[in-house]
Amino acid sequence: MRNKGRSSDLIPALIFLLPGLILFALFFLGPMLYSLQISFFEWKIVHPERSIFVGFGNYQHALSDPIFRRAVLNTLAYTAITVVIKLILGLCVALLLNQPLPGRTFFRVAYYLPVITSWVIVSLLFEYMFNGQAGLVNYILKDFLRIIPKDILWFADEYLTLVPIILLDIWKGIGWAAIIFLAGLQAIPAELYEAARVDGADSVTQLRYITWPLLGPTTVFLVVVLVIGGLNAYVPFQLMTNGGDPLDLTHSVLTLMYEATFGRLDFGYGAAISYLLTGFVFIVSLIELRLMKQQAA
Amino acid sequence: MNRKTQKNFDKLFKLIILTLGLGLVLLPIWYMIITSFKPQTMIFELPPRLWPQIWTLKNYIAALGKDKFDLYFLNSAKVAIISTLLTVLVSSMLAFVFARLRFRGKETIFYIFLLGMMVPPVMLIIPQFIVAKWLNLFNHTGLILVYTTMNISMQTFLLRGVFENVPRDLEEAALIDGGGPWTIFWRIILPLSWPGISVVIINTFLYSWEEFAWANVAIKNSSQRTLPIAIALFQSEHLTEWGQVFAASLVALVPVLIIFIIFQRHFVQGISTTGLKG
Repeated sequence: MRNKGRSSDLIPALIFLLPGLILFALFFLGPMLYSLQISFFEWKIVHPERSIFVGFGNYQHALSDPIFRRAVLNTLAYTAITVVIKLILGLCVALLLNQPLPGRTFFRVAYYLPVITSWVIVSLLFEYMFNGQAGLVNYILKDFLRIIPKDILWFADEYLTLVPIILLDIWKGIGWAAIIFLAGLQAIPAELYEAARVDGADSVTQLRYITWPLLGPTTVFLVVVLVIGGLNAYVPFQLMTNGGDPLDLTHSVLTLMYEATFGRLDFGYGAAISYLLTGFVFIVSLIELRLMKQQAA
Repeated sequence: MNRKTQKNFDKLFKLIILTLGLGLVLLPIWYMIITSFKPQTMIFELPPRLWPQIWTLKNYIAALGKDKFDLYFLNSAKVAIISTLLTVLVSSMLAFVFARLRFRGKETIFYIFLLGMMVPPVMLIIPQFIVAKWLNLFNHTGLILVYTTMNISMQTFLLRGVFENVPRDLEEAALIDGGGPWTIFWRIILPLSWPGISVVIINTFLYSWEEFAWANVAIKNSSQRTLPIAIALFQSEHLTEWGQVFAASLVALVPVLIIFIIFQRHFVQGISTTGLKG
Protein backbone atom coordinates (compact mmCIF):
# COMPACT_ATOMS: atom_id res chain seq x y z
CA MET A 1 0.00 0.00 0.00
CA ARG A 2 1.51 3.26 -1.05
CA ASN A 3 -0.45 5.29 1.42
CA LYS A 4 2.02 8.02 2.30
CA GLY A 5 0.65 8.53 5.78
CA ARG A 6 1.69 5.00 6.75
CA SER A 7 5.20 3.68 6.40
CA SER A 8 4.77 0.23 7.88
CA ASP A 9 2.01 -2.36 7.70
CA LEU A 10 3.45 -4.37 10.54
CA ILE A 11 0.20 -5.11 12.40
CA PRO A 12 -1.86 -6.40 9.46
CA ALA A 13 1.22 -8.22 8.16
CA LEU A 14 1.59 -10.10 11.42
CA ILE A 15 -2.04 -11.18 11.32
CA PHE A 16 -1.70 -12.43 7.74
CA LEU A 17 1.60 -14.16 8.50
CA LEU A 18 0.47 -15.86 11.67
CA PRO A 19 -1.19 -19.08 10.39
CA GLY A 20 1.65 -19.75 7.94
CA LEU A 21 4.34 -18.98 10.50
CA ILE A 22 2.83 -21.31 13.09
CA LEU A 23 2.58 -24.22 10.64
CA PHE A 24 6.02 -23.54 9.25
CA ALA A 25 7.66 -23.31 12.67
CA LEU A 26 5.92 -26.40 14.01
CA PHE A 27 6.23 -28.77 11.06
CA PHE A 28 9.21 -27.40 9.16
CA LEU A 29 11.74 -25.22 10.99
CA GLY A 30 11.36 -26.99 14.33
CA PRO A 31 11.69 -30.47 12.80
CA MET A 32 14.65 -29.32 10.73
CA LEU A 33 16.59 -28.18 13.79
CA TYR A 34 15.48 -31.18 15.83
CA SER A 35 16.71 -33.44 13.04
CA LEU A 36 20.10 -31.73 13.17
CA GLN A 37 20.32 -32.51 16.87
CA ILE A 38 19.27 -36.13 16.36
CA SER A 39 21.95 -36.59 13.71
CA PHE A 40 24.66 -36.14 16.38
CA PHE A 41 23.28 -38.87 18.63
CA GLU A 42 22.78 -42.56 18.73
CA TRP A 43 19.13 -41.72 19.16
CA LYS A 44 16.78 -43.76 21.33
CA ILE A 45 13.28 -43.22 20.04
CA VAL A 46 11.53 -44.55 23.13
CA HIS A 47 13.80 -42.87 25.70
CA PRO A 48 15.34 -39.83 23.98
CA GLU A 49 16.98 -38.81 27.26
CA ARG A 50 19.13 -41.96 27.10
CA SER A 51 20.48 -41.09 23.65
CA ILE A 52 24.26 -41.16 23.35
CA PHE A 53 26.14 -38.22 21.86
CA VAL A 54 28.39 -39.42 19.04
CA GLY A 55 29.47 -36.14 17.42
CA PHE A 56 29.97 -36.61 13.71
CA GLY A 57 29.92 -40.39 14.13
CA ASN A 58 26.76 -40.91 12.10
CA TYR A 59 28.12 -38.73 9.31
CA GLN A 60 31.43 -40.62 9.23
CA HIS A 61 29.56 -43.87 9.23
CA ALA A 62 27.53 -42.78 6.20
CA LEU A 63 30.50 -41.48 4.21
CA SER A 64 32.47 -44.69 4.75
CA ASP A 65 29.50 -47.01 4.14
CA PRO A 66 29.70 -48.65 0.67
CA ILE A 67 25.90 -49.02 0.58
CA PHE A 68 25.52 -45.29 1.14
CA ARG A 69 28.10 -44.50 -1.54
CA ARG A 70 26.31 -46.74 -3.96
CA ALA A 71 22.99 -45.04 -3.16
CA VAL A 72 24.62 -41.67 -3.88
CA LEU A 73 25.91 -42.89 -7.24
CA ASN A 74 22.50 -44.31 -8.17
CA THR A 75 20.80 -41.06 -7.24
CA LEU A 76 23.30 -38.91 -9.13
CA ALA A 77 23.08 -41.04 -12.28
CA TYR A 78 19.30 -41.04 -12.11
CA THR A 79 19.17 -37.26 -11.62
CA ALA A 80 21.65 -36.40 -14.35
CA ILE A 81 20.05 -38.62 -16.98
CA THR A 82 16.43 -37.75 -16.25
CA VAL A 83 16.95 -33.99 -15.95
CA VAL A 84 18.82 -33.68 -19.25
CA ILE A 85 16.35 -35.80 -21.21
CA LYS A 86 13.29 -34.15 -19.67
CA LEU A 87 14.66 -30.70 -20.55
CA ILE A 88 15.37 -31.61 -24.17
CA LEU A 89 12.12 -33.46 -24.83
CA GLY A 90 10.08 -30.98 -22.79
CA LEU A 91 11.41 -28.10 -24.89
CA CYS A 92 10.66 -29.98 -28.13
CA VAL A 93 7.08 -30.65 -27.05
CA ALA A 94 6.62 -27.05 -25.89
CA LEU A 95 7.91 -25.67 -29.21
CA LEU A 96 5.49 -27.89 -31.11
CA LEU A 97 2.55 -27.08 -28.83
CA ASN A 98 3.24 -23.36 -29.12
CA GLN A 99 2.25 -23.38 -32.80
CA PRO A 100 -1.21 -22.86 -34.25
CA LEU A 101 -1.87 -26.56 -34.92
CA PRO A 102 -5.29 -28.23 -34.93
CA GLY A 103 -6.14 -30.06 -31.70
CA ARG A 104 -3.66 -28.06 -29.65
CA THR A 105 -5.68 -28.11 -26.42
CA PHE A 106 -6.19 -31.86 -26.73
CA PHE A 107 -2.44 -32.42 -27.16
CA ARG A 108 -1.66 -30.22 -24.17
CA VAL A 109 -3.99 -32.09 -21.86
CA ALA A 110 -2.89 -35.50 -23.18
CA TYR A 111 0.84 -34.78 -22.78
CA TYR A 112 0.15 -33.64 -19.23
CA LEU A 113 -1.74 -36.80 -18.25
CA PRO A 114 1.29 -38.72 -16.90
CA VAL A 115 2.09 -35.77 -14.62
CA ILE A 116 -1.20 -36.05 -12.78
CA THR A 117 -1.00 -39.81 -12.29
CA SER A 118 0.27 -40.77 -8.87
CA TRP A 119 3.79 -42.11 -8.25
CA VAL A 120 2.58 -45.19 -6.44
CA ILE A 121 0.30 -46.20 -9.29
CA VAL A 122 2.71 -45.64 -12.16
CA SER A 123 5.57 -47.28 -10.27
CA LEU A 124 3.46 -50.43 -10.04
CA LEU A 125 2.45 -50.03 -13.70
CA PHE A 126 6.07 -49.90 -14.88
CA GLU A 127 6.91 -52.86 -12.66
CA TYR A 128 4.20 -54.81 -14.49
CA MET A 129 5.29 -53.61 -17.95
CA PHE A 130 8.91 -54.56 -17.25
CA ASN A 131 7.97 -57.95 -15.83
CA GLY A 132 10.73 -60.46 -16.55
CA GLN A 133 8.63 -63.27 -18.00
CA ALA A 134 5.66 -61.91 -19.87
CA GLY A 135 6.05 -58.15 -19.64
CA LEU A 136 5.04 -55.88 -22.50
CA VAL A 137 8.52 -54.36 -22.81
CA ASN A 138 10.30 -57.69 -23.11
CA TYR A 139 7.76 -58.76 -25.72
CA ILE A 140 8.29 -55.61 -27.79
CA LEU A 141 12.08 -55.91 -27.59
CA LYS A 142 12.32 -59.65 -28.17
CA ASP A 143 9.45 -60.70 -30.43
CA PHE A 144 8.48 -57.47 -32.12
CA LEU A 145 11.70 -55.53 -32.67
CA ARG A 146 13.92 -58.60 -32.25
CA ILE A 147 16.78 -56.64 -30.70
CA ILE A 148 17.28 -58.90 -27.66
CA PRO A 149 17.76 -62.68 -27.90
CA LYS A 150 15.94 -63.61 -24.67
CA ASP A 151 13.79 -62.07 -21.95
CA ILE A 152 15.55 -59.64 -19.64
CA LEU A 153 15.03 -59.93 -15.89
CA TRP A 154 14.98 -56.17 -15.32
CA PHE A 155 14.62 -56.24 -11.55
CA ALA A 156 17.21 -58.93 -10.86
CA ASP A 157 20.19 -56.86 -12.01
CA GLU A 158 21.70 -53.99 -10.05
CA TYR A 159 22.12 -51.80 -13.15
CA LEU A 160 19.15 -52.84 -15.28
CA THR A 161 16.78 -52.02 -12.42
CA LEU A 162 17.59 -48.35 -12.98
CA VAL A 163 16.28 -48.52 -16.57
CA PRO A 164 12.56 -48.76 -15.77
CA ILE A 165 12.99 -46.29 -12.90
CA ILE A 166 14.64 -43.73 -15.20
CA LEU A 167 12.19 -44.28 -18.05
CA LEU A 168 9.29 -43.87 -15.64
CA ASP A 169 10.61 -40.53 -14.41
CA ILE A 170 11.13 -39.25 -17.95
CA TRP A 171 7.69 -40.43 -19.06
CA LYS A 172 6.03 -38.82 -16.05
CA GLY A 173 8.08 -35.61 -16.16
CA ILE A 174 8.11 -34.45 -19.79
CA GLY A 175 4.62 -32.92 -19.58
CA TRP A 176 5.56 -30.73 -16.65
CA ALA A 177 8.77 -29.47 -18.24
CA ALA A 178 6.82 -28.81 -21.44
CA ILE A 179 4.11 -26.78 -19.74
CA ILE A 180 6.63 -24.62 -17.89
CA PHE A 181 8.56 -24.05 -21.14
CA LEU A 182 5.26 -23.25 -22.85
CA ALA A 183 4.49 -20.56 -20.27
CA GLY A 184 7.98 -19.15 -20.89
CA LEU A 185 7.51 -19.24 -24.67
CA GLN A 186 4.22 -17.38 -24.45
CA ALA A 187 5.88 -14.58 -22.53
CA ILE A 188 8.26 -13.84 -25.44
CA PRO A 189 6.90 -10.82 -27.37
CA ALA A 190 5.77 -11.78 -30.88
CA GLU A 191 7.27 -8.57 -32.30
CA LEU A 192 10.75 -9.99 -31.81
CA TYR A 193 9.97 -12.80 -34.24
CA GLU A 194 8.32 -10.33 -36.65
CA ALA A 195 11.45 -8.20 -36.66
CA ALA A 196 13.66 -11.26 -37.15
CA ARG A 197 11.57 -12.41 -40.12
CA VAL A 198 11.81 -8.96 -41.68
CA ASP A 199 15.57 -9.25 -41.36
CA GLY A 200 15.37 -12.61 -43.13
CA ALA A 201 16.24 -14.88 -40.18
CA ASP A 202 15.13 -18.51 -40.63
CA SER A 203 13.50 -20.52 -37.85
CA VAL A 204 16.76 -22.09 -36.65
CA THR A 205 18.36 -18.66 -36.30
CA GLN A 206 15.28 -17.40 -34.44
CA LEU A 207 15.50 -20.36 -32.06
CA ARG A 208 19.18 -19.74 -31.46
CA TYR A 209 19.10 -15.97 -31.00
CA ILE A 210 15.61 -15.20 -29.66
CA THR A 211 13.89 -18.21 -28.11
CA TRP A 212 16.82 -19.85 -26.36
CA PRO A 213 18.31 -16.76 -24.66
CA LEU A 214 14.89 -15.47 -23.58
CA LEU A 215 14.02 -18.87 -22.11
CA GLY A 216 17.14 -18.66 -19.92
CA PRO A 217 15.41 -17.93 -16.60
CA THR A 218 12.70 -20.53 -17.30
CA THR A 219 15.38 -23.13 -18.03
CA VAL A 220 17.28 -22.35 -14.85
CA PHE A 221 14.09 -22.56 -12.80
CA LEU A 222 13.36 -25.95 -14.36
CA VAL A 223 16.88 -27.21 -13.76
CA VAL A 224 16.77 -26.18 -10.10
CA VAL A 225 13.39 -27.78 -9.43
CA LEU A 226 14.10 -30.93 -11.46
CA VAL A 227 17.50 -31.50 -9.83
CA ILE A 228 16.01 -31.11 -6.35
CA GLY A 229 13.24 -33.51 -7.33
CA GLY A 230 15.69 -36.04 -8.79
CA LEU A 231 17.96 -36.05 -5.74
CA ASN A 232 14.88 -36.63 -3.61
CA ALA A 233 13.60 -39.61 -5.59
CA TYR A 234 11.88 -42.00 -3.26
CA VAL A 235 8.63 -43.72 -4.28
CA PRO A 236 9.72 -45.34 -7.59
CA PHE A 237 12.93 -46.68 -6.02
CA GLN A 238 11.06 -47.94 -2.96
CA LEU A 239 8.34 -49.72 -4.89
CA MET A 240 10.31 -51.05 -7.87
CA THR A 241 13.32 -52.31 -5.93
CA ASN A 242 11.49 -53.24 -2.72
CA GLY A 243 13.90 -50.89 -1.00
CA GLY A 244 17.28 -51.78 -2.43
CA ASP A 245 16.95 -55.24 -3.99
CA PRO A 246 19.14 -56.94 -5.03
CA LEU A 247 21.63 -56.80 -2.13
CA ASP A 248 21.06 -53.14 -1.16
CA LEU A 249 22.72 -52.12 -4.43
CA THR A 250 19.77 -50.20 -5.89
CA HIS A 251 18.94 -47.76 -3.10
CA SER A 252 18.38 -44.09 -3.69
CA VAL A 253 19.66 -41.91 -0.86
CA LEU A 254 16.18 -41.54 0.55
CA THR A 255 15.16 -45.21 0.43
CA LEU A 256 18.36 -45.95 2.36
CA MET A 257 17.55 -43.24 4.86
CA TYR A 258 14.02 -44.61 5.20
CA GLU A 259 15.27 -48.13 5.76
CA ALA A 260 17.85 -47.03 8.33
CA THR A 261 15.25 -45.03 10.20
CA PHE A 262 12.06 -47.02 10.10
CA GLY A 263 13.50 -50.45 9.28
CA ARG A 264 16.46 -50.56 11.69
CA LEU A 265 15.16 -47.72 13.92
CA ASP A 266 18.57 -46.04 13.66
CA PHE A 267 17.14 -42.51 13.78
CA GLY A 268 20.50 -40.82 14.23
CA TYR A 269 21.97 -42.43 11.14
CA GLY A 270 18.84 -41.64 9.12
CA ALA A 271 18.95 -38.00 10.23
CA ALA A 272 22.63 -37.76 9.29
CA ILE A 273 21.88 -39.12 5.81
CA SER A 274 19.09 -36.62 5.32
CA TYR A 275 21.36 -33.76 6.41
CA LEU A 276 24.06 -34.86 4.00
CA LEU A 277 21.47 -34.89 1.22
CA THR A 278 20.01 -31.51 2.18
CA GLY A 279 23.48 -29.96 2.36
CA PHE A 280 24.23 -31.29 -1.09
CA VAL A 281 20.90 -30.09 -2.51
CA PHE A 282 21.50 -26.68 -0.97
CA ILE A 283 24.98 -26.32 -2.49
CA VAL A 284 23.82 -27.50 -5.92
CA SER A 285 20.88 -25.07 -5.85
CA LEU A 286 23.17 -22.17 -4.90
CA ILE A 287 25.53 -22.99 -7.77
CA GLU A 288 22.62 -23.17 -10.19
CA LEU A 289 21.22 -19.83 -8.99
CA ARG A 290 24.67 -18.25 -9.29
CA LEU A 291 24.87 -19.50 -12.88
CA MET A 292 21.47 -17.93 -13.51
CA LYS A 293 22.70 -14.53 -12.30
CA GLN A 294 25.80 -14.78 -14.49
CA GLN A 295 23.67 -15.64 -17.48
CA ALA A 296 21.37 -12.68 -16.83
CA ALA A 297 24.30 -10.28 -16.57
CA MET B 1 6.59 -26.18 -54.32
CA ASN B 2 5.13 -22.80 -53.42
CA ARG B 3 5.23 -21.29 -49.94
CA LYS B 4 1.76 -22.35 -48.95
CA THR B 5 2.18 -26.06 -49.69
CA GLN B 6 5.55 -25.86 -47.97
CA LYS B 7 3.81 -24.45 -44.88
CA ASN B 8 1.11 -27.09 -44.90
CA PHE B 9 3.73 -29.77 -45.26
CA ASP B 10 5.53 -28.33 -42.29
CA LYS B 11 2.31 -28.43 -40.23
CA LEU B 12 1.57 -32.00 -41.22
CA PHE B 13 5.09 -33.06 -40.28
CA LYS B 14 4.77 -31.46 -36.84
CA LEU B 15 1.39 -33.06 -36.29
CA ILE B 16 2.82 -36.48 -37.13
CA ILE B 17 5.67 -36.01 -34.64
CA LEU B 18 3.26 -34.85 -31.94
CA THR B 19 0.98 -37.82 -32.57
CA LEU B 20 3.84 -40.33 -32.45
CA GLY B 21 5.05 -38.83 -29.19
CA LEU B 22 1.52 -38.96 -27.87
CA GLY B 23 1.36 -42.67 -28.70
CA LEU B 24 4.40 -43.30 -26.48
CA VAL B 25 2.97 -41.14 -23.71
CA LEU B 26 -0.41 -42.83 -23.75
CA LEU B 27 0.75 -46.43 -24.27
CA PRO B 28 1.39 -47.17 -20.56
CA ILE B 29 -1.94 -45.62 -19.57
CA TRP B 30 -3.76 -47.58 -22.24
CA TYR B 31 -2.04 -50.76 -21.10
CA MET B 32 -3.16 -50.11 -17.54
CA ILE B 33 -6.73 -49.55 -18.66
CA ILE B 34 -7.02 -52.72 -20.73
CA THR B 35 -5.24 -54.81 -18.08
CA SER B 36 -7.88 -53.76 -15.58
CA PHE B 37 -10.50 -55.28 -17.90
CA LYS B 38 -8.63 -58.56 -18.53
CA PRO B 39 -9.56 -61.76 -16.71
CA GLN B 40 -6.87 -62.94 -14.26
CA THR B 41 -5.87 -65.84 -16.54
CA MET B 42 -4.82 -63.43 -19.29
CA ILE B 43 -2.69 -61.11 -17.14
CA PHE B 44 0.51 -62.85 -18.24
CA GLU B 45 -0.67 -64.01 -21.67
CA LEU B 46 1.85 -64.29 -24.47
CA PRO B 47 1.85 -62.33 -26.66
CA PRO B 48 0.56 -59.48 -24.48
CA ARG B 49 -2.45 -57.97 -26.25
CA LEU B 50 -3.27 -54.29 -26.53
CA TRP B 51 -6.91 -55.19 -27.12
CA PRO B 52 -8.21 -57.90 -24.76
CA GLN B 53 -9.96 -60.92 -26.25
CA ILE B 54 -12.34 -61.06 -23.32
CA TRP B 55 -13.51 -57.96 -21.45
CA THR B 56 -14.62 -58.35 -17.85
CA LEU B 57 -15.65 -56.12 -14.95
CA LYS B 58 -14.62 -58.74 -12.38
CA ASN B 59 -11.47 -56.88 -11.36
CA TYR B 60 -13.43 -53.75 -10.54
CA ILE B 61 -16.03 -55.65 -8.57
CA ALA B 62 -13.36 -57.58 -6.67
CA ALA B 63 -11.02 -54.66 -5.99
CA LEU B 64 -13.68 -52.15 -5.01
CA GLY B 65 -15.53 -54.60 -2.81
CA LYS B 66 -12.37 -55.60 -0.99
CA ASP B 67 -10.52 -54.11 1.96
CA LYS B 68 -12.80 -51.12 2.58
CA PHE B 69 -11.77 -49.44 -0.67
CA ASP B 70 -14.64 -46.93 -0.39
CA LEU B 71 -13.43 -45.89 3.06
CA TYR B 72 -9.86 -45.29 1.83
CA PHE B 73 -11.24 -43.31 -1.07
CA LEU B 74 -13.23 -41.06 1.27
CA ASN B 75 -10.21 -40.71 3.57
CA SER B 76 -8.09 -39.53 0.65
CA ALA B 77 -10.80 -37.17 -0.57
CA LYS B 78 -11.20 -35.60 2.86
CA VAL B 79 -7.46 -35.17 3.41
CA ALA B 80 -6.79 -33.83 -0.11
CA ILE B 81 -9.70 -31.36 -0.17
CA ILE B 82 -9.02 -29.88 3.26
CA SER B 83 -5.26 -29.72 2.62
CA THR B 84 -5.89 -27.92 -0.67
CA LEU B 85 -8.29 -25.36 0.81
CA LEU B 86 -5.99 -24.73 3.74
CA THR B 87 -2.95 -24.36 1.48
CA VAL B 88 -4.73 -21.90 -0.81
CA LEU B 89 -5.84 -19.81 2.18
CA VAL B 90 -2.56 -19.84 4.12
CA SER B 91 -0.30 -19.40 1.07
CA SER B 92 -2.34 -16.58 -0.39
CA MET B 93 -2.31 -14.75 2.95
CA LEU B 94 1.46 -15.11 3.08
CA ALA B 95 1.85 -14.13 -0.56
CA PHE B 96 -0.31 -11.05 0.03
CA VAL B 97 2.07 -9.91 2.75
CA PHE B 98 5.14 -10.48 0.58
CA ALA B 99 3.62 -8.89 -2.52
CA ARG B 100 1.77 -5.94 -1.04
CA LEU B 101 2.56 -4.97 2.55
CA ARG B 102 5.60 -3.08 3.80
CA PHE B 103 7.56 -3.57 6.98
CA ARG B 104 11.14 -4.16 8.05
CA GLY B 105 12.45 -7.69 7.77
CA LYS B 106 9.95 -8.75 5.13
CA GLU B 107 12.60 -10.03 2.72
CA THR B 108 14.30 -12.08 5.44
CA ILE B 109 11.06 -13.83 6.37
CA PHE B 110 10.37 -14.49 2.69
CA TYR B 111 13.77 -16.14 2.23
CA ILE B 112 13.24 -18.31 5.31
CA PHE B 113 10.00 -19.53 3.75
CA LEU B 114 11.85 -20.27 0.50
CA LEU B 115 14.02 -22.77 2.41
CA GLY B 116 11.00 -25.04 2.23
CA MET B 117 11.53 -25.39 -1.51
CA MET B 118 15.02 -26.80 -1.06
CA VAL B 119 14.63 -29.22 1.80
CA PRO B 120 13.47 -32.69 0.78
CA PRO B 121 10.11 -33.52 2.38
CA VAL B 122 11.26 -37.04 3.20
CA MET B 123 14.18 -35.66 5.20
CA LEU B 124 11.73 -34.11 7.63
CA ILE B 125 9.91 -37.36 8.21
CA ILE B 126 11.97 -38.34 11.26
CA PRO B 127 11.45 -35.15 13.29
CA GLN B 128 7.89 -34.74 12.00
CA PHE B 129 7.25 -38.24 13.24
CA ILE B 130 8.51 -37.20 16.67
CA VAL B 131 6.49 -33.95 16.65
CA ALA B 132 3.38 -35.83 15.57
CA LYS B 133 3.92 -38.36 18.34
CA TRP B 134 4.26 -35.54 20.84
CA LEU B 135 1.09 -33.76 19.60
CA ASN B 136 -0.87 -36.97 19.11
CA LEU B 137 -1.20 -36.38 15.37
CA PHE B 138 -1.00 -39.86 13.87
CA ASN B 139 -4.33 -39.21 12.16
CA HIS B 140 -5.89 -37.23 9.32
CA THR B 141 -5.30 -33.89 11.06
CA GLY B 142 -1.61 -34.75 11.12
CA LEU B 143 -1.63 -35.53 7.39
CA ILE B 144 -3.47 -32.29 6.57
CA LEU B 145 -1.16 -30.07 8.64
CA VAL B 146 2.00 -31.65 7.24
CA TYR B 147 0.76 -31.57 3.62
CA THR B 148 -0.19 -27.91 3.99
CA THR B 149 3.19 -27.06 5.48
CA MET B 150 5.09 -28.94 2.77
CA ASN B 151 3.19 -27.02 0.08
CA ILE B 152 3.32 -23.54 1.60
CA SER B 153 6.77 -22.49 0.35
CA MET B 154 6.35 -23.29 -3.32
CA GLN B 155 2.76 -22.08 -3.55
CA THR B 156 3.49 -18.84 -1.67
CA PHE B 157 6.35 -18.23 -4.07
CA LEU B 158 4.04 -18.76 -7.06
CA LEU B 159 1.22 -16.62 -5.65
CA ARG B 160 3.52 -13.75 -4.75
CA GLY B 161 4.33 -13.45 -8.44
CA VAL B 162 0.62 -13.53 -9.29
CA PHE B 163 -0.39 -10.90 -6.74
CA GLU B 164 2.39 -8.54 -7.81
CA ASN B 165 0.77 -8.40 -11.23
CA VAL B 166 -2.61 -7.20 -9.95
CA PRO B 167 -2.83 -3.47 -10.80
CA ARG B 168 -2.41 -1.23 -7.79
CA ASP B 169 -4.92 1.47 -8.81
CA LEU B 170 -7.77 -0.81 -7.78
CA GLU B 171 -6.63 -1.09 -4.21
CA GLU B 172 -6.01 2.63 -3.94
CA ALA B 173 -9.65 3.09 -4.88
CA ALA B 174 -10.61 0.62 -2.16
CA LEU B 175 -8.43 2.44 0.37
CA ILE B 176 -10.17 5.73 -0.41
CA ASP B 177 -13.48 3.99 0.25
CA GLY B 178 -12.15 3.06 3.68
CA GLY B 179 -11.31 -0.62 3.01
CA GLY B 180 -8.55 -2.25 5.05
CA PRO B 181 -5.99 -4.90 4.05
CA TRP B 182 -8.53 -7.68 4.53
CA THR B 183 -10.99 -6.06 2.08
CA ILE B 184 -8.23 -5.58 -0.46
CA PHE B 185 -7.07 -9.17 -0.07
CA TRP B 186 -10.52 -10.74 -0.16
CA ARG B 187 -12.36 -8.46 -2.59
CA ILE B 188 -9.64 -7.41 -5.03
CA ILE B 189 -6.53 -9.57 -5.01
CA LEU B 190 -8.12 -13.03 -4.73
CA PRO B 191 -10.88 -12.60 -7.35
CA LEU B 192 -8.39 -11.21 -9.86
CA SER B 193 -5.91 -14.06 -9.37
CA TRP B 194 -7.97 -17.04 -10.46
CA PRO B 195 -5.56 -18.44 -13.05
CA GLY B 196 -2.72 -18.47 -10.51
CA ILE B 197 -4.91 -19.97 -7.81
CA SER B 198 -5.97 -22.71 -10.25
CA VAL B 199 -2.32 -23.70 -10.56
CA VAL B 200 -2.02 -23.83 -6.78
CA ILE B 201 -5.17 -25.96 -6.52
CA ILE B 202 -3.94 -28.46 -9.10
CA ASN B 203 -0.47 -28.66 -7.51
CA THR B 204 -1.66 -29.13 -3.95
CA PHE B 205 -4.54 -31.46 -4.65
CA LEU B 206 -2.25 -33.70 -6.69
CA TYR B 207 0.38 -33.71 -3.94
CA SER B 208 -2.05 -34.47 -1.13
CA TRP B 209 -3.94 -37.08 -3.12
CA GLU B 210 -0.86 -39.12 -3.96
CA GLU B 211 1.47 -38.52 -1.01
CA PHE B 212 2.97 -41.81 0.15
CA ALA B 213 6.03 -41.43 2.37
CA TRP B 214 4.53 -39.44 5.25
CA ALA B 215 1.18 -41.24 5.21
CA ASN B 216 3.09 -44.52 5.30
CA VAL B 217 4.70 -43.73 8.67
CA ALA B 218 2.01 -41.51 10.20
CA ILE B 219 -1.08 -43.66 9.73
CA LYS B 220 -1.11 -46.70 11.99
CA ASN B 221 -4.84 -47.33 12.19
CA SER B 222 -5.93 -49.26 9.10
CA SER B 223 -9.32 -47.54 8.95
CA GLN B 224 -7.52 -44.19 8.48
CA ARG B 225 -5.42 -45.30 5.50
CA THR B 226 -5.32 -43.16 2.36
CA LEU B 227 -5.45 -44.61 -1.15
CA PRO B 228 -1.72 -44.62 -2.05
CA ILE B 229 -0.96 -46.68 1.06
CA ALA B 230 -3.91 -48.98 0.45
CA ILE B 231 -2.95 -49.58 -3.19
CA ALA B 232 0.72 -50.25 -2.41
CA LEU B 233 -0.27 -52.67 0.36
CA PHE B 234 -2.85 -54.31 -1.86
CA GLN B 235 -0.21 -54.96 -4.51
CA SER B 236 2.24 -56.44 -2.04
CA GLU B 237 -0.48 -58.77 -0.75
CA HIS B 238 -1.87 -59.79 -4.15
CA LEU B 239 1.40 -59.95 -6.10
CA THR B 240 0.12 -61.13 -9.45
CA GLU B 241 -3.42 -59.80 -9.44
CA TRP B 242 -2.50 -56.87 -11.60
CA GLY B 243 -6.02 -56.53 -13.03
CA GLN B 244 -7.37 -55.71 -9.59
CA VAL B 245 -4.44 -53.46 -8.70
CA PHE B 246 -5.03 -51.39 -11.84
CA ALA B 247 -8.81 -51.34 -11.45
CA ALA B 248 -8.34 -49.77 -8.02
CA SER B 249 -5.61 -47.46 -9.39
CA LEU B 250 -7.78 -46.19 -12.21
CA VAL B 251 -10.66 -45.40 -9.89
CA ALA B 252 -8.11 -43.57 -7.71
CA LEU B 253 -7.05 -41.46 -10.71
CA VAL B 254 -10.56 -40.18 -11.47
CA PRO B 255 -10.71 -37.35 -8.88
CA VAL B 256 -7.33 -35.97 -9.97
CA LEU B 257 -8.47 -36.07 -13.57
CA ILE B 258 -11.67 -34.20 -12.71
CA ILE B 259 -9.78 -31.51 -10.77
CA PHE B 260 -7.33 -31.17 -13.65
CA ILE B 261 -10.03 -30.88 -16.31
CA ILE B 262 -11.95 -28.27 -14.28
CA PHE B 263 -8.91 -26.09 -13.65
CA GLN B 264 -6.71 -26.76 -16.70
CA ARG B 265 -8.40 -24.01 -18.73
CA HIS B 266 -6.40 -21.54 -16.66
CA PHE B 267 -3.32 -23.67 -16.36
CA VAL B 268 -0.84 -22.34 -18.91
CA GLN B 269 -2.10 -18.80 -18.48
CA GLY B 270 -1.87 -19.30 -14.73
CA ILE B 271 1.74 -20.43 -14.86
CA SER B 272 2.71 -17.38 -16.88
CA THR B 273 1.11 -15.12 -14.28
CA THR B 274 3.12 -16.73 -11.49
CA GLY B 275 6.27 -15.04 -12.67
CA LEU B 276 7.98 -18.22 -13.85
CA LYS B 277 7.96 -16.77 -17.34
CA GLY B 278 11.16 -15.55 -18.95
